[in-house]
Amino acid sequence: MKSTLLVGALLTAITTTGAFAQTIKLADVAELSGGGATVGTNWKNGIDLAIEEINAKGGVLGRKLEVTHADSQSNPGVARAQVQKALDADPYVLLGPGYSGSVKVTAPLAAEAGITQIMGGEAAELTQAGNKFLFRTSFGQQSSMPKVAKYIHDDMKAKSVAVVWVNNDFGRGGRDVVIKELERLGSKVVADLSTEAGQADFAADVGKIKAANPDAVFVYLNEEESARILKELKRQGVTAPLMGETTLIGQKVIELAGDAANGARGHVGLTTDAPVDLIKGFRDRFSKKYNYVPDHNGLKGYLAVYMVKAATERMGKVDSKAFADTLHGLTIKAADEPGILMDVTFDGNGDIDRQSFLVEVVEGKQVVKQVLPKVK
Amino acid sequence: MSNLFDLLVAGLATGAIYALVAVGFTLLWQTSQTINFAQGEFVMLPAFLMLAAMHAGAPFWLAIILGILLSMILLGLAFKMLLVDPMMRHGVLPLAIATMALAIGIKEAVKQFFSAEASPFPSIVPTGDVSILGHAVSLQSIGVLVVAILAVFGLTTLLNRTSLGHQMQAAAQNPTVARIIGVPVERMILLTFLINAFLVALASLLITPIYLAKFSSGEVLGQAAFIAAIVGGFNQVRGAIAGGLLIGVLDNLAAAYVSTQYRAAVPMIFLIAVILFRPQGLLGRAEERTV
Repeated sequence: MKSTLLVGALLTAITTTGAFAQTIKLADVAELSGGGATVGTNWKNGIDLAIEEINAKGGVLGRKLEVTHADSQSNPGVARAQVQKALDADPYVLLGPGYSGSVKVTAPLAAEAGITQIMGGEAAELTQAGNKFLFRTSFGQQSSMPKVAKYIHDDMKAKSVAVVWVNNDFGRGGRDVVIKELERLGSKVVADLSTEAGQADFAADVGKIKAANPDAVFVYLNEEESARILKELKRQGVTAPLMGETTLIGQKVIELAGDAANGARGHVGLTTDAPVDLIKGFRDRFSKKYNYVPDHNGLKGYLAVYMVKAATERMGKVDSKAFADTLHGLTIKAADEPGILMDVTFDGNGDIDRQSFLVEVVEGKQVVKQVLPKVK
Repeated sequence: MSNLFDLLVAGLATGAIYALVAVGFTLLWQTSQTINFAQGEFVMLPAFLMLAAMHAGAPFWLAIILGILLSMILLGLAFKMLLVDPMMRHGVLPLAIATMALAIGIKEAVKQFFSAEASPFPSIVPTGDVSILGHAVSLQSIGVLVVAILAVFGLTTLLNRTSLGHQMQAAAQNPTVARIIGVPVERMILLTFLINAFLVALASLLITPIYLAKFSSGEVLGQAAFIAAIVGGFNQVRGAIAGGLLIGVLDNLAAAYVSTQYRAAVPMIFLIAVILFRPQGLLGRAEERTV
């Protein structure tokens, strides 16, 4: 009797381990609560949608994908603890977090464990620390700012530019790259204005812009401050065209700034409004499953999983140690892997090159005006 | 030069709002020795009350009236009855600390029940420009200035020209004697709390379209108004008005001519200078009071 039980237990153990070996385990740590809840929830839903699609078509190399989601509470300290916990379970690839600050403190852990981390952060410095296991899902500032500067110089034909930026890691990073690029192209920076995070009153800053009388204004602030400065620019009657990034023309900014946002333009790496059929398809499937239209973070989460699929299929085996090497320098074409939505190339630092979009706010709506091609 | 003019106008408009808030500070101090550290949150909250009324389907004008009435009940009546009266017995300091706790409570409550994100707020003044002395000045700035000036003018008229105002002043200056000559001191004190609540609701209505409705927006305002009240003279309504306008202009000029990073420091340095060289404030009178 005893031996029968033992054999039974052994059999169960063997079959369970067998079942586990069949699935590929991914770990996600994201901002599911706290200030970044919108970011993290979109990211998570994007991941779940991609996994559902891939598994429905038979998985990756015949094996199903499986993901665990952990909540960083939008707090770098918690993110670090959750990533450590996730790494202890030995995942194939780590997904997230979305906040640059949380990525910064967790990336060394994943690198030490030799696990590839595919994340949503956009701060320039993240991929400049020589980490060989970190990959972006969207543009870092060093990829987006040259496109912005080129647009200001070539398309807006601005000879003089006022640059307004927020004095934190995000703002300073963007400001440094854009000013360097503008000057290289020959547009003169006539006002270089730093503002504070959480600043409420922009009267003085806008006064300075007005005094400098530039051909264009580049605004690089967080969403709420963007809305405030847009209102103040309108209030003081500044008519120079406004250029920014996703943070200037996002839906939240349009809601807060009202008609003061009209006419503002921005460079956007990923948008569900993009005139790309595959993205439209993604948007429809996502909206059908979750009953709301995703923002770019939903796209990022979705792309992260398809990056895992494409790189694994390129290797022809599930090998977490060789994964990062395979992804470096890899070009994934949307024709071969429709889930990647647009052709994308990863460089040796984990930065991406992809086409992007020039969006203008027209009567309170984002309208894609132009598709900006891949740099290389 | 045109830049300086723009800065002055914008500074005066912001300063006028600071003045409204600072006047409330001084009123509460004069009549009941209440230092209200939640004054900034008192400015933040009415905007959310108005927004809540609008979400419930009320048109903007009705939401304004409801917001002001609710503010007077919550931030005037309830504040006095539930917090100031019970704490007053223990002295000025415990009361001041209780108002700090109240500030945190209001902030967290708005964050919890409304949102941690900013919300847009409609402006009572239409956008557009008018030309003054050859300069384009926004209607919003003018509207803010006009409303604030009217409010302050109305208040000083009430205090100086009416029997009610004289009774309030008497209750503030010497409650014991006022009581002997038949002034209903308690009612006068309650009245100042209601006036304060009205002023902060008005300030909220004027500033929120510019600063956006956010749970944390009271911090900056409360601090600016507090500095304005001390600089102008904590025991004088006209001091608070002058202090408010001065801090508004100073803040804007500092942001333009010193640096945005140090803009918050300049009024502080000014405050220290005033405390060192003229502790009663620019327009205040020296007083001794046992606390």
